[in-house]
Amino acid sequence: MTMNSDYLELSDVRVVFDGLVAVDGVSMTVRQGDLRFLIGPNGAGKTTLADAITGLAPATGSARFGRTELIGMKVHRIARLGIGRTFQTASVFEELTVLQNLDIAAGAGRKPLSLLRRRSSVPPEVEEAMGSVGLTGLRDTQAGVLAHGQKQWLEIGMLLVQNAQVLLLDEPVAGMSTDERVQTGELLVRIGAERIVIVVEHDMDFMRSFAASVTVLHAGKVLSEGTVAQVQADPRVQEVYLGRAEVVQ
Amino acid sequence: MTAPAAKLAGRLPAKLTANSGVLLGFVLGAFVLLVLAPAVLSDFRLSLLGRFVCVAIVAVGIGLAWGRGGMLTLGQGVFFGLGGYVMAMHLKLADAGPSGVPDFMRLYGSGRLPFWWEPFRSPGVTLLGVVLIPALVALGLGAAIFRRRVRGAYFAILSQALAVAFATLLTGQVATIGGFNGLNGFRSFFGYNLFDPVNKRMLFYIAAVTLLLMLLIVWQLYRSRYGELLIAVRDQEERVRFLGYDPANIKIVAYVLAAAMAGIAGALFVPLVGIISPVNVGVVASISFVIGVAIGGRATLFGPALGALMVAYAQTTLSESFPSSWTYFQGALFVLVVAFLPGGLSSLVPVLRRRRADARTPSTEPPSPVQRAELDGPPPPEPLSGVSAESETSR
Repeated sequence: MTMNSDYLELSDVRVVFDGLVAVDGVSMTVRQGDLRFLIGPNGAGKTTLADAITGLAPATGSARFGRTELIGMKVHRIARLGIGRTFQTASVFEELTVLQNLDIAAGAGRKPLSLLRRRSSVPPEVEEAMGSVGLTGLRDTQAGVLAHGQKQWLEIGMLLVQNAQVLLLDEPVAGMSTDERVQTGELLVRIGAERIVIVVEHDMDFMRSFAASVTVLHAGKVLSEGTVAQVQADPRVQEVYLGRAEVVQ
Repeated sequence: MTAPAAKLAGRLPAKLTANSGVLLGFVLGAFVLLVLAPAVLSDFRLSLLGRFVCVAIVAVGIGLAWGRGGMLTLGQGVFFGLGGYVMAMHLKLADAGPSGVPDFMRLYGSGRLPFWWEPFRSPGVTLLGVVLIPALVALGLGAAIFRRRVRGAYFAILSQALAVAFATLLTGQVATIGGFNGLNGFRSFFGYNLFDPVNKRMLFYIAAVTLLLMLLIVWQLYRSRYGELLIAVRDQEERVRFLGYDPANIKIVAYVLAAAMAGIAGALFVPLVGIISPVNVGVVASISFVIGVAIGGRATLFGPALGALMVAYAQTTLSESFPSSWTYFQGALFVLVVAFLPGGLSSLVPVLRRRRADARTPSTEPPSPVQRAELDGPPPPEPLSGVSAESETSR
């Protein structure tokens, strides 16, 4: 990607489903190297915002990646710009092996005719990503039999080989063990140094341990934004999380 | 999990085994079709087998579109018919002689040749048309259908409606395309007399070689990156979109290839059987193409072709012995396979082997690369093994 595209800037993003305002004028900017956590109560619009950025939900307003306007673009075009995402339920290709999954993720730019040939060697970026997410030893394992955490890592690996500059991760540590959470967090910090990483998350411990910055969404609007400490000190955030306040503290 | 050394040791021979298994299949298939069958079968039976081979060529295409691509096409009769009618028109024109008019047109119509028959006087245009007309129609349909993200049952219904519409259209055109009678009574095939048994045999050889060729093409596709991508689209279409591909294009390629194969099969069917009529392109014909594929094993390389040959053979023998009730046999076989062996008969051996292995060492270990390589390419869906039961139901 070019030097101009090292930030993601949302301004007044709105998503309306049948009269229901799911995202109500969100503006935020995330720079390269930031590890931004998007938190908020259920129904705050976190996942819908990710849908809007990746072209899945029809939105108005502006979402610019560098100089490129994303709103209104088709899903696969946005993906080719280097904006990748994962989903709450790991969605890997279960009947294909780890290697095949990553190879497909690496191949969106391949020429149509080259697809008709067999893979003669493993592309270096696939090998590298496989190492980054710790799945080298499982390269010929069918993705369907991987453990839940491993599937999530495979998905992150797929974003890496896709050369995604923006990574939108939807609850990447849901259902993971404590060890796996720590490993995932360290992985995110490592890959986040050169990328824009946005994590939608419910797990406050995980957020506190690894977030560089936090945006709190509530009822489709940005409630608060800042470092973990700033957000925690914000009385409005405490109010929204009332009853769950101890989780935030 | 696996030690690198053991993995290397396990992987290389596994690949060799998988390849040599497929090659053995090709050699065996070529031997049976090109040496054994012509040696032991009477001319009548051989030409019957030729007809089955045509059905098997359609089945190879359906295996690609449905087994690997997840597009349950219940309307392959349309493309079979397009190829068949193009060939039949040429044969009628050739029989009628230069600037002649096919006999039925004088009988039912004005005796003037419609303008769209004219190009098919040329053998070259005909041969191109046999492949290109079904392919272009599929391209247009595919672009319209898949870009609108029509899939699953909706696609199946739509494709079946097309078969109904096509058969109805043909039936209504008595004066220009033979109506319900179809086109028949061909006397020659590119200058060769169709009443000569030697030429009938030649036609069988052409069909058999074509089947093997189609299988080779599909094998290369299954081994290619495109083949992996097609499975990915079948199982997780949205995910593929998020990786930067347009799944519609990937599906269109498989759909167009399947259509071209059906067209070629139709064109070979015409001289072998001597007739093509709306009955050969309608819903019943289209569904019977699919039954063989399901029974043989839709996601495997040889399964669709073998299943189609088997079902066509059973249909013929059973309808000779039980003229009024063979459809019950066919239906029962279909129900049994779908209920108890959704991966088709091709998955019988791997399923049994795994069961035996499970009985010996009950474990949840992932299958070893060697075990998996015994299937050709990625294994067919087997809900019995439990791994892919969830994705199976949604397909």
